[in-house]
Amino acid sequence: MEYFLQQLINGLTLGSIYGLIAIGYTMVYGIIGMINFAHGDIFMIGSFIALAVFLILTTVLGFTFLPVVLLIVLIIGMLFTSAWGWTVERLAYRPLRGSFRLAPLITAIGMSIVLQNFVQVTQGARVKPLPPQIQGGVTLMEGSTEAGRIVVQLSYMQMIIIVTTIVLMTLFTLLITRTSLGRAQRACEQDRKMASLLGVNVDRTISLTFVMGAALASVAGLMFLLLYGVIDFYIGFLAGVKAFTAAVLGGIGSLPGAMLGGLLIGMIEVMWSAYFSVEYKDVAAFSILAIVLIFLPSGLLGKPEVEKV
Amino acid sequence: MAAAVQTPADAGETKSWDLDPVLTVEHLTMRFGGLVAINDLSFNVGRGEITALIGPNGAGKTTVFNCVTGFYKPTEGRIAMRHGLGQQAQTVSEVTHSSLKWKPSPEGAVFLLERMPDFEISHHAKVARTFQNIRLFGGMTVLENLLVAQHNPLMRASGFTLGGILGLPGFRKAEQASIDKAVYWLEQVRLIERADDPAADLPYGDQRRLEIARAMCTEPHLLCLDEPAAGLNPRESHELNELLQFIRREHGTSVLLIEHDMGVVMEISDHIVVLDYGVKISDGDPAAVKTDPSVIAAYLGVEDEDLAEKPEVASIVVEALGEEAAEEAGIEIPPARKNGGDK
Amino acid sequence: MAAVNNAAVNTAAVDPNSLQASLKDALLAALLAGALGLFFLGIRTDIAPGGLAVRTRWGLLLTAMAIVFAGRLLLNLFVFKTKRPVTRAISGSMAGTGSALPTLGWWMGRGLFGFALVLPFFFMTFFPGQQRQYIDLAILIMTYIMLGWGLNIVVGLAGLLDLGYVAFYAVGAYSFALLATNFEFIGFWTALPLAGLLAAFWGMILGFPVLRLRGDYLAIVTLAFGEIIRVVLLNWYDFTGGPNGISGIPKPTFFGLEFSRGEGGFADFFGIEFNSIHRFVYLYYIIFILAIITNIVTMRLRRLPIGRAWEALREDEIACRSLGINTTNTKLTAFAIGAMFGGFAGSFFATRQGFISPESFTFLESAIILAIVVLGGLGSQIGVVIASIVMIGGIELLRNIGFLSQIFGPGFDPTQYRMLIFGLAMVLIMVWKPRGLVSTREPSAVLKEKKKIGADMVAQGEGH
Repeated sequence: MEYFLQQLINGLTLGSIYGLIAIGYTMVYGIIGMINFAHGDIFMIGSFIALAVFLILTTVLGFTFLPVVLLIVLIIGMLFTSAWGWTVERLAYRPLRGSFRLAPLITAIGMSIVLQNFVQVTQGARVKPLPPQIQGGVTLMEGSTEAGRIVVQLSYMQMIIIVTTIVLMTLFTLLITRTSLGRAQRACEQDRKMASLLGVNVDRTISLTFVMGAALASVAGLMFLLLYGVIDFYIGFLAGVKAFTAAVLGGIGSLPGAMLGGLLIGMIEVMWSAYFSVEYKDVAAFSILAIVLIFLPSGLLGKPEVEKV
Repeated sequence: MAAAVQTPADAGETKSWDLDPVLTVEHLTMRFGGLVAINDLSFNVGRGEITALIGPNGAGKTTVFNCVTGFYKPTEGRIAMRHGLGQQAQTVSEVTHSSLKWKPSPEGAVFLLERMPDFEISHHAKVARTFQNIRLFGGMTVLENLLVAQHNPLMRASGFTLGGILGLPGFRKAEQASIDKAVYWLEQVRLIERADDPAADLPYGDQRRLEIARAMCTEPHLLCLDEPAAGLNPRESHELNELLQFIRREHGTSVLLIEHDMGVVMEISDHIVVLDYGVKISDGDPAAVKTDPSVIAAYLGVEDEDLAEKPEVASIVVEALGEEAAEEAGIEIPPARKNGGDK
Repeated sequence: MAAVNNAAVNTAAVDPNSLQASLKDALLAALLAGALGLFFLGIRTDIAPGGLAVRTRWGLLLTAMAIVFAGRLLLNLFVFKTKRPVTRAISGSMAGTGSALPTLGWWMGRGLFGFALVLPFFFMTFFPGQQRQYIDLAILIMTYIMLGWGLNIVVGLAGLLDLGYVAFYAVGAYSFALLATNFEFIGFWTALPLAGLLAAFWGMILGFPVLRLRGDYLAIVTLAFGEIIRVVLLNWYDFTGGPNGISGIPKPTFFGLEFSRGEGGFADFFGIEFNSIHRFVYLYYIIFILAIITNIVTMRLRRLPIGRAWEALREDEIACRSLGINTTNTKLTAFAIGAMFGGFAGSFFATRQGFISPESFTFLESAIILAIVVLGGLGSQIGVVIASIVMIGGIELLRNIGFLSQIFGPGFDPTQYRMLIFGLAMVLIMVWKPRGLVSTREPSAVLKEKKKIGADMVAQGEGH
């Protein structure tokens, strides 16, 4: 029981990260109907920027008060990662707007390759370890098993991740539902041509969607860095695929769906590793995806599509 | 069962479509969530006749089509398609009580369309259709479009591809025959000159005719046309009439069509079924339907009671219809109107 | 409304084509490049004794900004912000050749085929020093051509977006390797068809549940299946050898003759001097024949009802169903036949390498094959050939270009920039020609006059 609870907390933490990345996928898919394959790599870029800023602040400038450092890292990371998100859209997707469906998918895959190899070339192929920065936690429950004492612990790190995710999600939902930007976004989702006829700046709305997605991915990147303490240029692929899986699982185009899907994928992965085998955790996540899609093709919270004849 | 359909209320004589129906729709109901698109609809389509399904926008006509051609699974009801003459009541009831999708009968065969997936309906039950918003294979040539329609016989002839890959002579012959058939239909719809052009290149009217030709290449017993005259100019719409008459006359194909153009409907139909809000409000030959007050009311958006109780409504109807027809339909012509008419 | 008016005023006030505007735009681009590069070019983190250390490279960052500034300025002056862009002049001069292109394509196809036929002898005669390297490259390109043709059936003809094609490549390779290493009596020529059939079988198994899915969902599920197969290969030690892979896969024999030195070998039997190049030439012809078979079968299938049904499916699935086409079976055959050719290519890969491991079957491979198909022009056979030569040949050439290190100094290693340039090329070609290099469709049946069908009419499959 204690073991299960501990895994539940771990799953929630990992799921938060997936959920934050998944939002980027789901928004972009909702608005322009393409799989932004490079989004996972934007997440990776975000974690590298976070690492660089963190190191500059701590080792070069000598800041030591961690909360302030992390806040600065978060903000700078969001800004600079957003610039990457904007640039990718501007260079690789906007020229192909209104073109054929597969063209932006291929440029997205191309961009993904470019970003990975750009980081590999400029930062080296070796992993970047960062010693754990936030230690300790709150013990929620104690119990004993045959193997010995077992503790259910909610570490401060996990707390930060979960709270930040909740705060960002709330802000974000407000942004989408309450502001004119959100309205413009939903209008573009429905009918881009009509939206532009009604005076919505479609290009800017799409750009902002990419910027927002990248900003959230950068937060996920920072969390990933702090949680696992090790990053390399290749982390974006698997995290990206899983986050996309999460977005599809939750019903692509739906923001709460993306978060829910992220949590589920995180949970499945952690539980599978805990109870079955670590090696096959990715297989578990992908199999669940396939099963859900076959039996529930529009995901958990997506709107069911009626076939138009 | 379906007694109301088999003995029409408006006439003592039994109609041809009840004696020899190619298709019977019985108690068809289609719900989408809470929305009832079609409610307990029953009607017959006579063999070798042109039957029109009319009604205001949103009446559920296309939904009926989608149920008949298998694109929607009806919530309730039976849709029976018959090959061969007569009602074949015996076989229909046998198939219904078995778990079969269809069964050969002494006269031909009976197919329960609500049990069959869409492609089998076209393949086995021989029901072909066109679409309201034309669905051609735009990137393929006109000729290719017609060859795709002959997929099933060609697949058999190609030995399910294996014989075709090896280039067996049997397939060559079948392929030539399929091209000949395509040429025949291209001549009928006067598109033979455009045979090697991509379908998306054709003007709208030609695309409509090509879609009909493509459906005819499947050699259907029943051809379902969803608004074939939509967007056609008067000349094209007249040509369409002739084409449909030709199909019925030369090929004996029964036709079921949805149409808004009353000129087309009244001119070519043998039988008209009127839908409103998913319910049948009238059923009969064109003359009977034309004068049915409930049809008039439905088209003008007025209720029956209004027609009886409010003279101003009645007067609008009479104006729209012409006095003679109105009187025939049994609408009392308001006195005010009579006076006005005298002036 | 106000925004529109403002925009109008702005355009009236500042000529967007002026030098000033170009400079301003280039400056903004350079600043953006600076912002993007700040934490990547300007700063590098490295593992140092006391944890990570930060190193600054301001020179590199400034150089990059300068390059972006100059590049953007030149583009602005000659392409984006001028009344007579250079590109238009170029495309204008090329438009004249447009009508001649079909015959040009025909001759090009014949020419490439002829060259491919004599390719090993060409290199043996003219590049005796590097013949092995070049023939090896030709084998690699030919493998990708074959994979591209196989995937073209699925994506180009049937319009089903498959991001996990590498799975079938892997199934073919592993089936071949396991059959050939576990059963003595199964040689290359027996194992090859078996591996292809197994791949087709897997194509059906994987295809059956997923083919009802819409296009993008299909894409992601195929990607997931590709990854699942790779992870299983990686972790099923007893069967697949895990990350160590399978080694000692037998080389193909020429009617039982091995390409080995000494008695009973190929050279000995024919009484010629032993040369290790013989084996490469032989491998080249095997893949050449396999690829040609793939091409011939595909071209045949296109003219058969099944092939026409694939293309019709790509155009409009609902119309297909209304014409009595069983779309599930039709998709499944496309999937299975595509998988089968992938399996053949996989078997060939296994026998050529003599060693396989899951590392060769990553998503990147799927992406490269898909890129070849899309860049070449969906459904176009010659397009796949051109794209393979450009992309694969291009990457491999970067491996051994010496002159770059003379420019950038001896520490410059071109291989690490290979994939970066590959990715950039993918983006650029796609932006330049979104429908691929060869984008016209040839009709599969002709009544009187064969006309090419323009790319804008052909659907890419919405995958309902």
